[in-house]
Amino acid sequence: MSVLRRTGQALLAPLLAVAIALVISGVVMAAIGVDPLRALSVMTDFGDTPSQQVTAIVVILNRAVPLFLAGLAVAVAFRMGLFNIGVEGQYRMATVVAAGVGASVTLPGPLHVLLIVVVAMGVAAIWAGIVGVLKVTRGVSEVISSIMLNFIALGLASFLLTGPLRGSEPGASIVTTKEIPESGWFPSLNGLLGALGLANPPRQLYGFLLVAVVVGVVVAVLLKRTRFGFDLRATGLSASAASASGVDAKRMVITTMLISGAVAGLIGLPDLLGSDHNYGTQFTSGLGFLGIAIALLGRNNPVGIAVAAVLFAFLDRSSVPLQIASIPSSVVTIIQGTIVLAVVIANEVARRIARRQAESGTAVAPPATGDGSSGEPGTGPPTGPAQSTSTAGRTDPTGSAQ
Amino acid sequence: MKLAALAIAGSLALAACASDEPASGSGGSGSSGGSGDGPKIGLAYDTGGRGDKSFNDSAYAGVEAAIETNGGTVQEVSPNSDASDRADLLTQLADQGYNPVIAVGFAYGDVIGDVAKQYPDVDFAIVDSTGVDVADNVTGLQFAANQGSFLGGVAAATKSTTGNVGFVGGVETPLIQAFEAGYVAGAKAVNPDITVQVQYISPAGDFSGFNDPARGQIVAQGMFDAGADIVYAAAGGSGIGVFQAAAASGGRAIGVDSDQYETVGDASLQAVIMTSVLKRVDNAVEAYIGTFVDGSVQGGQDVVNDLSTEGVGLSYSGGFIDDIKSTIDDYTQQIVDGEITVPETPTN
Repeated sequence: MSVLRRTGQALLAPLLAVAIALVISGVVMAAIGVDPLRALSVMTDFGDTPSQQVTAIVVILNRAVPLFLAGLAVAVAFRMGLFNIGVEGQYRMATVVAAGVGASVTLPGPLHVLLIVVVAMGVAAIWAGIVGVLKVTRGVSEVISSIMLNFIALGLASFLLTGPLRGSEPGASIVTTKEIPESGWFPSLNGLLGALGLANPPRQLYGFLLVAVVVGVVVAVLLKRTRFGFDLRATGLSASAASASGVDAKRMVITTMLISGAVAGLIGLPDLLGSDHNYGTQFTSGLGFLGIAIALLGRNNPVGIAVAAVLFAFLDRSSVPLQIASIPSSVVTIIQGTIVLAVVIANEVARRIARRQAESGTAVAPPATGDGSSGEPGTGPPTGPAQSTSTAGRTDPTGSAQ
Repeated sequence: MKLAALAIAGSLALAACASDEPASGSGGSGSSGGSGDGPKIGLAYDTGGRGDKSFNDSAYAGVEAAIETNGGTVQEVSPNSDASDRADLLTQLADQGYNPVIAVGFAYGDVIGDVAKQYPDVDFAIVDSTGVDVADNVTGLQFAANQGSFLGGVAAATKSTTGNVGFVGGVETPLIQAFEAGYVAGAKAVNPDITVQVQYISPAGDFSGFNDPARGQIVAQGMFDAGADIVYAAAGGSGIGVFQAAAASGGRAIGVDSDQYETVGDASLQAVIMTSVLKRVDNAVEAYIGTFVDGSVQGGQDVVNDLSTEGVGLSYSGGFIDDIKSTIDDYTQQIVDGEITVPETPTN
């Protein structure tokens, strides 16, 4: 019963959110003179030939992999009640340094890739670690410091790219680092597509997809099945309760930021190792910020984040066919925006339902706070230790504590 | 109840946002143009899309003119917000049978080669980047932006009363640095002691600087406050902020790419746009489509548009620089004759 109820509650918010978002988007589309059903059919049309259809799926998956990693990086910190807005800067720093290191060495295949991955994770972890150290030693809000470190990271990455790590010819319009030798490329999964009996598209399916799956599983196990994960979630729910039961809060903050950063370091690697093989001025930016939306939509749960990443990737892909079908591609932006907005509202509603049930004593439903997806501390009477949000020093994920 | 109220409020806000942006959406979609024959032209815009009143609009004007003479249709597409789908834009245009496919902006430079090789029967053109060593069916449409900017620098230095002028670059990329180099050289050619303030809105790798009027305004305001009286906005869609700063501080500004006096669409801003450094993307695109229709397209090479072909130059709309036309023409002649060599990279 309780399992059923819990599953119901977990699904309630996202389903409600997507339903509301679809309705709102439909209304908006109708208001700007677009037939919502036609838009939907264009968005779900992957092409006529098998090759086109597989290409569409590859495009979606390739886009979803970095989005998933970005969402995961944000979510790890969220679960602890830390709002890591610095994922953007962390992955940009990691990617430029990893590209530089990767291009400067020659190693046997797997080692070369491993080195690049380790460097990327290390750089991003250090960059995120600064935020953690500032927080525990000087009490600097991680929201402020991580935003500001984003600007420093962008400037520093740009300096590294145009200065020491520059590999493109002088005068070239696009500045890039040196190309990573072929031993440092991540093999694509197109062979797998062939084995599944699908057409082999001209686009390469990123092999990094497998890494992302492994990282997702590791993070899920870490959060759900280890002592560390328990401490992390407990601290996220109530810092004071956690430290009263012996959790070292400072150590937790730093460790969590390091892990969040390490995952963030992977965000740029699917593109770097799978297709670009160098970091340049055209390297995809903004993934770190998208990660916040993805984590929110996925309710900080690895499976949810995967679904959210695929959903966003699907919506992103559809912007091109929409334009070709003479439908403004801003439809996609509208849908993405309404989904995020609706998720925030739905999470809040689900949280209140859960609390009401807890208050009426019919079930000991776990409160939905602490997943970082809703922030309304201090309203209503606390119903249990996990709900005591008035504790000084508790970090609210939305940055609006008290 | 609260939920319903929030949902309605949200939808209203979103509806408002949507209707505020006709440029990127409704304007950028749809097939327009004349007869059913003629080429099916695919046009992929740079960040900012249609309605930037500058670079992308200029490309569209060229396509429109070409359709006027040759017939045909055009399909416009814009990249998504982080421009990660550039390759997909070109692929889908080629897939849908559009030929030629014109990519507006050097940012397509690192993807156009791969796509072009997949579609050897389609002719591709790329504005502001090279077609040499990319693919046999890619033509580069390039501009000597430094030469046009040199004339902009001449105009600024001649017209400046404070001996202090500014340059606002959108993003610190080699392309925009060529604008800077030309502008500074032009200003110094007129007045060796002139102060030229140079600032970029965003560093290399962060393309927000081409589409951020608010930051353009802040940067330009700083220059006017520091004594500049004329600021050159080589910043794409951010230029509008530079014009606003000029209007607010009684200074003047120089537009870029299109004749922004004509395209800005705001009388108070028109008054401050002294001239624009034209990059005749429209002429280049129109000429390219012309060669496509003739069947004389030569892929794998570049078409360079400079002062000698009138591919770059200054605009005289508004009549603010009519009085110094002879000076401008004089410098133009010297550059065309090779007496002045305009640098392509900043000296510092």
